[in-house]
Amino acid sequence: MFKIFRYLQRKEWLQVGLVFLFAVLQVRLDLMIPSYFRRITMLAQMPDSLTSEIVTIGAFMLLCALGSLACVIAISFLASRVSAALSMRLRDMLFDKVADFSMEEFARFSTSSLIARSTNDITQIQQFAMSAMQMLLKVPILAVGGMIGIAGSGIEWTIAALIAFVFMLIVVACTMAVVMPQFKKMQKLVDRLNLTVRESLAGRYVIRAFNAEAYHEEKFEAANSGFTDTDRKTNRTMAVMSPVMSLGSNGVIIAVYIIGALMINAAGQAESLTVFSNMIVMTFYLRLLFDAIKFITKVVPRIPRAIVSAGRIIEVLNTEPMIKEGNLAEGLPNVRGEIAFRNVGFKYPGAAASALEGITFTAKQGETVAFIGSTGSGKTTLINLVMRFFDANEGEILINGVDIKAYKTEALNDKLGYVPQKSVLFKGTVSSNVAYGDNGKGGYSPADIEKAIQIARAEEFVSQLEGGVNAAVSQRGVNFSGGQKQRLSIARAVCRTPEILIFDDSFSALDYKTDREVRQSLSTETDGATRLIVAQRIGTIIDADQIIVLDDGNIAGIGTHKELLESCQVYREIAKSQLSEEELAS
Amino acid sequence: MSENEKKIESDNNSDKRLKGASMGTNHFGNVAEDVDSYGKTWRKLISYCRKHLSVIVMALILILASNVLQVIAPGRLRVLTDIIQNGISGTIEMNAVITVAVTLAVIYAIVALLNFLQSFIMAGVTARISEHLRTEISRKINKLPLKFFDSVSLGDIISRVTNDVDTIGQTLNQNIGTLMASSTLFIGSLILMVWTNWILALVVVAASAVGFVSSKAVLSRSKKFFKAQQTGIGAVGGHVEEIYSGHSVMKAYNGKKAAKETFAELNRNLYTAAWKAQFVSGFVTPLMQFSGTFAYVAVCVVGAMLVMRGQITFGVIVAFLLYVSQFTQGLTHIAETFPGLQGTTAASERVFDLLDEEELSDESDKTQRLDDIKGDVGFAHVKFGYTRDKAVIHDFSAQIKSGQKIAIVGPTGAGKTTIVNLLMRFYELDGGEISIDGVPISQITRANVHDQFSMVLQDTWLFEGSVRENIMYNKVGVTEEEIVAVCQAIGLHHFITALPDGYSTILNDNASMSEGQKQLVAIARAMIHNAPMLILDEATSSVDTRTEALIQAAMDQLMTGRTSFVIAHRLSTIKNADLIFVLKDGDIIESGTHNELLGQNGFYTELYNSQFEVK
Repeated sequence: MFKIFRYLQRKEWLQVGLVFLFAVLQVRLDLMIPSYFRRITMLAQMPDSLTSEIVTIGAFMLLCALGSLACVIAISFLASRVSAALSMRLRDMLFDKVADFSMEEFARFSTSSLIARSTNDITQIQQFAMSAMQMLLKVPILAVGGMIGIAGSGIEWTIAALIAFVFMLIVVACTMAVVMPQFKKMQKLVDRLNLTVRESLAGRYVIRAFNAEAYHEEKFEAANSGFTDTDRKTNRTMAVMSPVMSLGSNGVIIAVYIIGALMINAAGQAESLTVFSNMIVMTFYLRLLFDAIKFITKVVPRIPRAIVSAGRIIEVLNTEPMIKEGNLAEGLPNVRGEIAFRNVGFKYPGAAASALEGITFTAKQGETVAFIGSTGSGKTTLINLVMRFFDANEGEILINGVDIKAYKTEALNDKLGYVPQKSVLFKGTVSSNVAYGDNGKGGYSPADIEKAIQIARAEEFVSQLEGGVNAAVSQRGVNFSGGQKQRLSIARAVCRTPEILIFDDSFSALDYKTDREVRQSLSTETDGATRLIVAQRIGTIIDADQIIVLDDGNIAGIGTHKELLESCQVYREIAKSQLSEEELAS
Repeated sequence: MSENEKKIESDNNSDKRLKGASMGTNHFGNVAEDVDSYGKTWRKLISYCRKHLSVIVMALILILASNVLQVIAPGRLRVLTDIIQNGISGTIEMNAVITVAVTLAVIYAIVALLNFLQSFIMAGVTARISEHLRTEISRKINKLPLKFFDSVSLGDIISRVTNDVDTIGQTLNQNIGTLMASSTLFIGSLILMVWTNWILALVVVAASAVGFVSSKAVLSRSKKFFKAQQTGIGAVGGHVEEIYSGHSVMKAYNGKKAAKETFAELNRNLYTAAWKAQFVSGFVTPLMQFSGTFAYVAVCVVGAMLVMRGQITFGVIVAFLLYVSQFTQGLTHIAETFPGLQGTTAASERVFDLLDEEELSDESDKTQRLDDIKGDVGFAHVKFGYTRDKAVIHDFSAQIKSGQKIAIVGPTGAGKTTIVNLLMRFYELDGGEISIDGVPISQITRANVHDQFSMVLQDTWLFEGSVRENIMYNKVGVTEEEIVAVCQAIGLHHFITALPDGYSTILNDNASMSEGQKQLVAIARAMIHNAPMLILDEATSSVDTRTEALIQAAMDQLMTGRTSFVIAHRLSTIKNADLIFVLKDGDIIESGTHNELLGQNGFYTELYNSQFEVK
């Protein structure tokens, strides 16, 4: 847990040090009030004292109180800046780290978990850091300060106070020992509660279609009562703490008085007044001790959550991305847009079977290579390897004659225009989405953007938008239909004018007509670019220079549509399921 | 479902939420209105707790009793102090000391006991109330019209079930008790102070007022910082979510630098807002503490002078010091509780807004039932729009005979899924009528309508549970053989047996299943359900065509003699349909069999041919 504080910089440690100093000063000032009070007690007992003396002492007391207030405000100022700075830094580091992750790390952590770690978990740490500086840091100071004050007043009282202090600490420790595991359990139970609600919301259509409302209500009930039981148990355990604390603190005051009475009886006439005022002042010092304990009880319940959050953050920060970049900017001279697989094999981490095996093919500049095969045959995996979302375990992938691992990440990406299976748009405008990122050629002109939109056959609906290319795109592009999003993400790839265009089933949301139009304009307008196309529909790839049929991660056939119909059983089956006899024959 | 989902998402995005969703707005609203709505919310909350009222009242009495005792205690301490002080010059009456000390100890012990009992009882009650609220929300979700969910964010509803109910529970558990206790402490110690010595009492009140007023001023100024912080958190969260979900694109396009720059700026803004909000929120307690100390000092000075004049004994000061601490403690807690109570009001408002949403109409009076239907379905002049002003279906009429396979095709946004939503009575018509075997579906219960259909949707939905549970779902009396037979028929059995625990494998986020495999599970579920009619809404869109052909065979077998509705992108799957409706912009523009439609050489032909044309 405390490892997370490693991420504080020297400047902030200095501020933490200042917080500590201010806390010491504050306690010191607080401690002066009782000694002034002691003097007032004495003065009040002596008939010949002056009112002005009392007022002067009162003024000093007030000064101390003001000083103490100033200290607290200073502490609060420093603590909020330090904790906010810590959380800002952690967020920055996490974001930076996650941005470098490959799909492998994303798969390992899951996207939603990474989001939670970058937001909620950091908020937890920030709040904990804040309360740690405001309260936990003061505990030893209060304890020591209080003890010194008490020790100066008399050994009997010191023993009584110590007994009470230790007793309370034991009570706190015992309660915490019982409650801590419960708190940890709660976290899981809350997750479970969330999960079941989310489930019945997401599945509302199916639930109603199957009249399964009761089924899910029961499921929720189970999660609900599990959570409630633990919640009740922790709250009831915690209910012990506060009454016992106040009983302890009040009890020790009574003890102080009894001891005081005995001491005064034992003391001589002259000393008894001192003993009496010491006794009255004792209650101040005791309050400091009780404050220390109160702070502990306030902060400690937050520790389990903070520990969990810190662990989750550090786990991400300590994860090294599997993909390492090379240092080449260019491939072999005089080669452009050429991509070759040489006996490539890949296994997903933790999987028993290979996702791809012995993949070998070459795509020359300007060629269209299509990949077809059933669900799970490895088409997307193959594309992911080209993109270096994962690295192949066997063999090598060459672009322009050089292993892709040797390229700088940016240099490699500059050669590629990738259109994912699931369209991704970012908040901004149509034009900021089409001109997204950097292709190493120094930005895009409005004409480039216009042209890309036109090639992707998106100009019709874009021109109808309010603001045209400057129309707003909301987060995840939810204000566009699936087909529109797909065309915009195709435009984005085209806009890069890459050497190699990669389409991972990127025409699926388009109806056949639009699909055809887009492909037509792509083949005429991006002539020089090599194209890798993953598709489900035979119609989409029928014209490719090479069609690679994948089956269970292996190449079942390579050739043109005609050749494959002749030679490849798998391809014939796929074709048969989509085309009629006449169409097959033609 | 795609049209629908899109709609839902776009509505989320425009941030159209339930009223009361934004906590910050009420600060700027009409004050009188605020008070009114606060009162209403609290009345609801209180009436909600009525069932537990006797227990709550008992807890409140315990609080009252313990605090009255606690207020009395300083008086005893004063007596004790005076006994000791009087003995300074001679000897202290030890017996008297012990008597008073024991009385005090007993009082404090009773106070502790009462407090514990009170907390224990309240912990139980609030747990029950929170549990109940959560249950009600969960039931409510199933009673709301599906239309409702189109205009709210699902995350917002989830947050109501967990966060908001939790907030309410905590308030009931802590704040109500604290408020009761601190008011008692506050009023009690005030009375006793006045009774003991009115001059000192006046001094205390004046001194504490300083702190109270100044912290109030700080609090009212702090709202804008909290708002800025909330906005900052939202902006950072939104960016993180966007970039993480679109991570592959961000990487592939070298968009990292730009993303980082945006993030750094948002993060920086959040930092500024966050530290300011934290800083001001840390003001209240020290200010109140200061006013406590201030009162304390005032009592010491004024008290000492009074002692010197012989107007009071020293014990009075000692007692007053305790009164001051109780008085300011009461005041501090009241001051600290108010922001908490504001949070509770907001949370309760959000919870009750949801619970008060209009439910689906009650159908218990509907006696007509459909059993053993033939499967004739009629659409007559059906009109519908998701929002009043924008009709999706204009005038849809069709007669479907028992046992026919009906295909609905058309471009995205034509209203294909909407037809299904209306047929299932997920949404109510704006005009016209849909009937099954001549009975309008509005005259039978929704559940009865649902019973007539097995349904597979494009967006596959699996829940956390075993594969077996996902397939048999809420149907009882399904044998293992039936499940296996269905899975074999659609080519899923082999995959399932390869899973670590076969049919008992728990499906969750970590289970790696492709979209296609998930669709197969959903299809198996529909086949097990075995209703008289079938609806397939892009049910095989993520399944490859070879597997689809396999499913097709199994489906055709299932569909024999059953009326079935199939929506499909891939026209190959519906070529053998008895009747194909071609939908465009909410109207049927063509209908007929595959061959008839091809013969017409119209929109369908164009759609169909586009599958094969390359040039």
